[in-house]
Amino acid sequence: MSSAKQEFIAEASELLEEAGRLILEIQDTCQTGPNPDSINALFRSIHTLKGLSGLFGHQGVSDLSHALESLLDELRLGKIEISDEVVRFLFNNIDILRALVEELSQDNKDKEKEQDVSGQLKNIELFRNSLAGKTKGDELKGVIDESMLRILTEYEEHRLKTNVHEGKGVYLAKAVFSLADFDKALEELTKTIKSKGELISTLPTSSNVPPDSIGFNLMFGSLEPAEKLKEAIRFEIDALVSPKGAEAAPPLQRETTLKSTTTTVRVDIEKLDRILNTIGELTLAKGAVKRISEELIESYGHSPLAADVNKISQTLERKLAELQNQVLEIRMVPIGQIFSRLSQVIRKYSREIGKRIELVMYGEDTEIDKYIAEEVIDPLMHLVRNAIDHGIEPEEERKKKGKKESGTITLKASQRGNHVIIEVKDDGGGVNIQRVREKAVEKGLLEKGAELDEKEIVNFIFMPGFSTKEIVTEVSGRGVGMDVVKEKLAAIGGFAEIDTKKGLGSVFTLTIPITLAIIKALIVRVGAMKFAIPLTSISETLVITRGDIQSVEGRDVYNLRGEMLAMTNIGRIFALTAEDAERFFVVVAGTGKRRHGLMVDELFGQHEIVIKSLGEYFAGIRGFAGAAEIGKHEVILVIDVDSLIDDAVVKQKATPVIKSGAF
Amino acid sequence: MKSILIVEDSTTTRSLIRAVIEELGDFNIVEAPTGFDALKLLPAQDFDLVVTDINMPDINGLELINFVKSNPRYSSIPLIIVTTERSEEDKKRGMALGATAYVTKPFKALELQDTVKRVMNL
Repeated sequence: MSSAKQEFIAEASELLEEAGRLILEIQDTCQTGPNPDSINALFRSIHTLKGLSGLFGHQGVSDLSHALESLLDELRLGKIEISDEVVRFLFNNIDILRALVEELSQDNKDKEKEQDVSGQLKNIELFRNSLAGKTKGDELKGVIDESMLRILTEYEEHRLKTNVHEGKGVYLAKAVFSLADFDKALEELTKTIKSKGELISTLPTSSNVPPDSIGFNLMFGSLEPAEKLKEAIRFEIDALVSPKGAEAAPPLQRETTLKSTTTTVRVDIEKLDRILNTIGELTLAKGAVKRISEELIESYGHSPLAADVNKISQTLERKLAELQNQVLEIRMVPIGQIFSRLSQVIRKYSREIGKRIELVMYGEDTEIDKYIAEEVIDPLMHLVRNAIDHGIEPEEERKKKGKKESGTITLKASQRGNHVIIEVKDDGGGVNIQRVREKAVEKGLLEKGAELDEKEIVNFIFMPGFSTKEIVTEVSGRGVGMDVVKEKLAAIGGFAEIDTKKGLGSVFTLTIPITLAIIKALIVRVGAMKFAIPLTSISETLVITRGDIQSVEGRDVYNLRGEMLAMTNIGRIFALTAEDAERFFVVVAGTGKRRHGLMVDELFGQHEIVIKSLGEYFAGIRGFAGAAEIGKHEVILVIDVDSLIDDAVVKQKATPVIKSGAF
Repeated sequence: MKSILIVEDSTTTRSLIRAVIEELGDFNIVEAPTGFDALKLLPAQDFDLVVTDINMPDINGLELINFVKSNPRYSSIPLIIVTTERSEEDKKRGMALGATAYVTKPFKALELQDTVKRVMNL
């Protein structure tokens, strides 16, 4: 996506989020009379969106926000009264705008296609006509000086009229501040004024003002008499119009929304990446300090110097961990953001292909790293569209089977340790295992008579080049298969599992790390080389002898407490060792049914590592997640356990995926 | 080099206006995301042009135009209003207050460039 488009989408989404928040605020205050500031702010956000989308030529968004803006303009100018009905209508339209923007963000190939909003435009037109127009038309000329009126915008003029109409007094507060920091002082003054009434216009002036200063004339309406206001505001106040009625009613308390808009900042995720990189490099430096401290203790015992360095090393470790956690926390977003984007796609897509889909979501509050969230949305969308296309049966078929006519797709997220588990479940027909098997044999991935359980067979749908229309893996017209899902997940250190039951549907379970960046790894030796294995994928380590290994159907297995654990000799796969050692270590990796034993020669213990990419040149090599520096300028490869397990399964069934000598 | 002040609260629109003007040649372009920022930037250097939106938070474009035009130090700086046609009435008021020209959003690059050239006698 072009960066201009990205910028557009970021700003448009932000504007719509703000609009949604404002409508809620207006709804909450509907009974007591909504805050005109909220309505004006809502108008402004849609107004800005219109200008923005117009500039970028997104006609659909532009047309719709234009129509909405006209409605909001009448609302803020008091030509239309606010009501529950209006609020609901606004809500709906914001939803539609959001969907349009999301559609643009999906960077479709068919983006040339213009978004058609003509139907909705008509709806807005009809809605506007159904509301009786009325204008409060008090004439201001003669009441307020002409030179003052000409500076007001149409909206400010309307607010002025309304204040006069409501019997409020109109005042002009005159303040002079230093040019350097007037905004703070002015904010203070504005706040006080807003607590007494409504601020109508903020007029900067440089006449009769000392150099390096700036004057402001603030026009505001209030029910309180001038004397009382002078006490509270403590600036020179001119009364332009006196309030009607001697008994002043207490002014409506209105919260200012200034605070909420100034406490958040928008930061490019790349900047946070850079901070994390720096932390990663600091972690290496910390490792060096720790090593020096250990060496000092070794050489000089617990001398004061050694103790000092040791203490500093510990403080460094603690503070670095704190810093890292804080940055990671900033990057966290609720997965509900992703789910809601998916729900738009589901709604739209199911309508398109004429299947009724009910969407159920759980665990939307589960938090995940923003980068990972963005990386996982495509695989998720792929699975969801796949479920709609091929999982959920047509209505007729469902009726025959005695199922509910509309299909159900369940999205569920939960946290498990350092991982987020996302389930995509459908109540469709399930994967046709027999067909997958036939296809696998056809592709030479599986020998004809090979004995595999259903679980192993169904996993073949994740193999490259396996996507065919007959086997639920093709997403209509897109030409990408499940292997892409798997690849994308692997790139962020996650993996997918599928559980399918004939006639009842399938569950895809995605296991994704909560965050990238610094991870703990086990350093192992195979032959003369060291490797890192991410700790998150290790469940235990064992020491066994060659005699403990059994061979079942050509596969090396080990009886781990009654469970057959498939084994892979890393030395053999990477062609590092010619013969199996007599006694070796086993790293048990993977979870659930994908548990696997990796045979290595030695374990060196834990290390914090920052995984760096191997670069484009080595991109095609499977089996490695990247490289990491482990101190003293030593760089080692990080093993991608998941792809290794995959390849091991296939390798023993057919040809090896990692050829000897490839590394 | 001539200096131009762009006052516009939308980041994207602001950088777009900047990009379009930059195509005309070398300028010292200063961006103000709010009216307040503009008030601070104006005395700091001499500007040859101010391009402003009308609908903004804190102070709006009309208030800014009035400020510029009523101060003898700034009153000769030409002003271009860039705003949507929704603000038709406000645009008229801006012109009445002394703005030199206006461009309606969404604008064509050429249209803004022509206006800038005309106003700055380029």
